Amino acid sequence: MNLTVNGVSHEVDVEDDMPLLWVLRDELGITGVKYGCGVAQCGACTVHVDGMAVRSCQVPIGDLEGQVTTIEGLGSPQATHAVQAAWIEHQVAQCGYCQSGQIMQAASLLELNDDPSDDEIDAVMSGNLCRCGTYPRIRAAVKTAAKTMREA
Amino acid sequence: MGRMKTIARRTFLIGSVAVAGGVAFGTYMVKRDPANPLIDDQQAGEAVFNPWVKIDGDKITLITPHADKGQGAVSVQAALLAEELDVEFGQFDTDFGKPSKAYWNTAFGDEGAPFMSTDQSFLAETTRGIMDALVKVMGVQGTGGSSSAPDSYEKLRRAGAVARETLKMAAANKTGLSVEQLKTANGMIILPDGKTIAYTDLAVDAAQIPPITEVTLRDPSQWRLLGKPMQRLDIVAKSTGTQNYGIDAKVDGMVHAAVKLNPRQGGKLNSYDAADAKAMPGVREIVEITGGVAVIANNTWRAFQAADAIEFDWGPAPYPAEQYDHWKALASSFNDDQLDSQWRNDGDVDIALAEGRVFEAEYRSPYVAHAPLEPLNAIVLVEEAGVQVWTGHQMPRQLQLLVAGITGHEQEQVTLHNQYMGGSFGHRLEFEYVKQAAEIANAMRGTPVKLTYSREEDFAHDFPRHLSIGRGRGVSKNGKVVAMDLQIASPSVLGSQMSRAEIPVPGPDAQIATGAWNNPYDLPNYRMRAYRAPELAPVSSWRAVGAPGAGFEFDCFLDELIHEAGADPMAERIRLMNHDVSRKVLETAAEMSSWGGELAPGKGRGVAFVESFGVPVAEVVEVTATEAGIKLDKVWVACDVGRVLDPANFENLVQGGVIFGLGHAMNCEITYADGMAEQSNYHAHEGMRLYQCPQIMVKGLENGGRVRGIGEPPVPPAAPALANAIFAATGKRIRELPLSRHVDFV
Repeated sequence: MNLTVNGVSHEVDVEDDMPLLWVLRDELGITGVKYGCGVAQCGACTVHVDGMAVRSCQVPIGDLEGQVTTIEGLGSPQATHAVQAAWIEHQVAQCGYCQSGQIMQAASLLELNDDPSDDEIDAVMSGNLCRCGTYPRIRAAVKTAAKTMREA
Repeated sequence: MGRMKTIARRTFLIGSVAVAGGVAFGTYMVKRDPANPLIDDQQAGEAVFNPWVKIDGDKITLITPHADKGQGAVSVQAALLAEELDVEFGQFDTDFGKPSKAYWNTAFGDEGAPFMSTDQSFLAETTRGIMDALVKVMGVQGTGGSSSAPDSYEKLRRAGAVARETLKMAAANKTGLSVEQLKTANGMIILPDGKTIAYTDLAVDAAQIPPITEVTLRDPSQWRLLGKPMQRLDIVAKSTGTQNYGIDAKVDGMVHAAVKLNPRQGGKLNSYDAADAKAMPGVREIVEITGGVAVIANNTWRAFQAADAIEFDWGPAPYPAEQYDHWKALASSFNDDQLDSQWRNDGDVDIALAEGRVFEAEYRSPYVAHAPLEPLNAIVLVEEAGVQVWTGHQMPRQLQLLVAGITGHEQEQVTLHNQYMGGSFGHRLEFEYVKQAAEIANAMRGTPVKLTYSREEDFAHDFPRHLSIGRGRGVSKNGKVVAMDLQIASPSVLGSQMSRAEIPVPGPDAQIATGAWNNPYDLPNYRMRAYRAPELAPVSSWRAVGAPGAGFEFDCFLDELIHEAGADPMAERIRLMNHDVSRKVLETAAEMSSWGGELAPGKGRGVAFVESFGVPVAEVVEVTATEAGIKLDKVWVACDVGRVLDPANFENLVQGGVIFGLGHAMNCEITYADGMAEQSNYHAHEGMRLYQCPQIMVKGLENGGRVRGIGEPPVPPAAPALANAIFAATGKRIRELPLSRHVDFV
């Protein structure tokens, strides 16, 4: 089976029903994507498939159609994406475990709409759980990132 | 002397009391500092100044032994060292270091002493000193009880200063200049002519001389780093997916394990059939462990799948199977035989109750799960020569001891590579997952085994926050609250937790009623009695431990008595407050929120004050009652930690603590049916979602004197402030958590 992650093509030999999450983490060693709940309740496993945010714990690898981008493919410490830069500027993270998913969700939102209203931010970001409670900073960082992307 | 008899409460040093058999060691033992663990691994040309700073020709390494659960402990520890060492962020590496007595927690003793934090009496201070001595002699290293900042505040600045002065001495020896002529900045010695010598170039020389231990700490007015917003050391990694947590750790040759344990916690495994599981793809072994079975496979998901395919016959739970009977056991505990401690007996409550119109109410706080987003995990490799463990844990030395007991090694042969944690909230004070990984790895010596809990297993085997019932009787007269007789019953969280850590605990458990007995109010008549219910489901320290439950019961009852008196909730709390620092906290919350102003229709405000871990915290919550339910609008928080070390992280932690407290108060509980937790994942134990999050304004005051931690104290006032706000908006008193049992939230 072949899949493309962050622009790199990989061949994996796994069962069709193995979720994309575990193919990424355990077969390809890409660990920026996190396991939190396994049932699409927390959003920690959010990645992009052809630019759209999806919960990778809910995508059986056999059903995958499209190119996968994980947080590692969005940007790097040396070359951050606008959303990552905003997350750093606002010091959003506490434990940080949910933040890969939050950032991927926010990047997907801003790709579609670079001027979201407060209600739109609330609606789109509420599927991503943060147990530490960094929500006020997530809101602020999404707005900063939106501004950066509008001005780019 | 009643108080001296009760020298035993929460905190791990209590166990030390039992182990040491009392205060039976000499001054020598107490004065002697534990050996510097960095000397054991000292390389040629490396200077190890103390247990926290080492420098070689290439780099400066700061040891930050407090575990990082997301509270930013690594950054604040490094900042304390760097402030006096004169190095900047980016010029050093950090390391959790190896478990050592040298990292004994200098703040556990304070929390362990059975006195109100506002009590500075001779007896209180002497007892704190004894507790500190016990912690030191036993070498209790741990992260918890909001102790990282108070433990580190002076100790680490001193360690940084010792290293700096020693480096200056080494430079003086090398250059022939006097120490007074030398300055330090940016990891360098600056000579009078402006030339510089990097610290790393002085490592060899510094290693030759004994550390200069006579140092003077700088006045806070001279600080470069502390007291100003910092960029956390982990913030870039945590914003780019490059922060490795325990669950991400990789060891060559590693296999993946999943466990299935009796969901009736502590019950027996009668039998199981793993034939189907064994035949599944990637499955390598099925191993029976204490309380259940482990599947070892070549991939985490395959291990989960195979574990789900095993058929089990489980024994019954060693506690009541139905939730109703847990409450019943608490309700039956309000009797003299089960009186754990009478914490307060001010004035004469019986007379006041006899002379007034008595108001009564009962409150309940349920079991609640920790459920940090990173499920429990640990990698263990057992070999003849020793054991290696990769996991995030808050009690490194006790972990070594328990693992060694399983594998038959000596404690010192167990190496812990402590990991950044994806949250804890108290979960990683527990040892079961590490013990299970050690059992599996011991059955597969030579192969590193990574155990990962599924989320369902994590919920089923969490040891939740203890449940409690509070019963209040009180009298209000002439516009004032004049009497409160509060009784709280709960199982002992300390007893449950310490029995698993194999540490016996004598004496009462302050956490049954912390948040109720220790608030510095001066009610004319106040009696506070704590009752110990029998052990029910196993329970554990949950962020702020006793204070979220008991604080809810105390503060909501106080709010009701104030309402009975016809007084203003804020003004009456301020009037009753008997501690200047705490009164200022309440007054600040009133000022921030413009308390007493006109509110739009449907809106209501509640205030609550709870002190925990020496930190007085006041929160004002504003809600709107809408047709769709209660909407949380705004929260104002004022608290006093003595000194705010990093305003940016401080604000984040306070807001997060408030959200944690509000979210669980809104909709979280663990209930048992047929002996099993009914909640298996976040859909049934959700907490707050982003769209529900109110605006949260934070003010950190600095009048308190002692530096305190902020990880836990913002949590306890959130639930009562919300319940009080709902009453103000709707007229409905809710005396039971979670509030969603009685009201909808938008």
